[in-house]
Amino acid sequence: MKALAFLATLATGIVLLYGTRDFAAWGDAASPASRHVSPVYIERAVKETHVPNLVTAILGDYRGYDTMFETVVIYCAGLAVVCVLRRQKT
Amino acid sequence: MKRLQEQARGRDIGDNLIIRTAVRLLVPFIQLFGLYVIVHGHYSPGGGFQGGVILGASFILLALAYDLRTSLRFMSERTNAILGNAGVLIFTGIAVLCALLGGLFLDYSALDRLISLGPIEWRSLGIFLVEVGVGTAVMSIMVSLFWDLGSGGEMDEGL
Amino acid sequence: MIWELDLFILALVVVCAVVAINIRDLLGAVVIFGVYSFLMCLLWAEMGAVDVAFTEATVGAGVSSVLFIAAIFRTTRRSKD
Repeated sequence: MKALAFLATLATGIVLLYGTRDFAAWGDAASPASRHVSPVYIERAVKETHVPNLVTAILGDYRGYDTMFETVVIYCAGLAVVCVLRRQKT
Repeated sequence: MKRLQEQARGRDIGDNLIIRTAVRLLVPFIQLFGLYVIVHGHYSPGGGFQGGVILGASFILLALAYDLRTSLRFMSERTNAILGNAGVLIFTGIAVLCALLGGLFLDYSALDRLISLGPIEWRSLGIFLVEVGVGTAVMSIMVSLFWDLGSGGEMDEGL
Repeated sequence: MIWELDLFILALVVVCAVVAINIRDLLGAVVIFGVYSFLMCLLWAEMGAVDVAFTEATVGAGVSSVLFIAAIFRTTRRSKD
């Protein structure tokens, strides 16, 4: 059983490593992601939001829904832990 | 096998003057750094999430070095719950306020109709307000996670 | 990006991941997991993603280790299997 699990892990790893061959190189300016949305953000973010840190500008403004529901997810997790574990002393 | 918590209590671990003094000196600076990370998120790495986690970690450190009852003196459970709800409410409230003022949902430049600062300045300020909301919510949730996991929900002894 | 440094850190990451799964002592596993998080943080910072590195250092190595230890303290130290 353990050998079978090891073989399955190995096969998945080989497939994943094979898949990474199609990735663009690190910092490749000609990759699809760097040609499509990144130039627009780099050109316009500081002008449109007056925030020098592009990451904050994108997370807080352009991708506001993402940040909002991330907060809501964390809030739900905290609420669930409190609901399950908290016990009032009787 | 005894549970780890009972073992640790039997050997009187964690009741140490050096640790307590060091933590009492360190905690204000950790909180100051957390506030700096939230407020300075516009110009340097950081932002609401990271700053909130650092602020929460300072309260967790207090609860680890002292016991849970002592850390409840600095921030009560009620305050913590109010802060957590207020944080999420700030974020969603600002988003809904933008929609009510005639802009799009989460489009901070619509707040210009409330106080006239210019739409671009409002986008910058809106990001800041939202980060403060995220920081408050994350801080309170991290602290309450530790309280409930560390004491099994009874809020008396803790680790 | 310095590829020798990357290779070194990545090798350490893999070693840490394997050890964290296989170790019998749960408290030790949490410590190794913290080391894993810090190595990932180093890797992010070295690749230029400073915000991600910051999040990894605070959440992965800081708070989640404490939460794991808090959960383990309610149980026994050795894993059964």
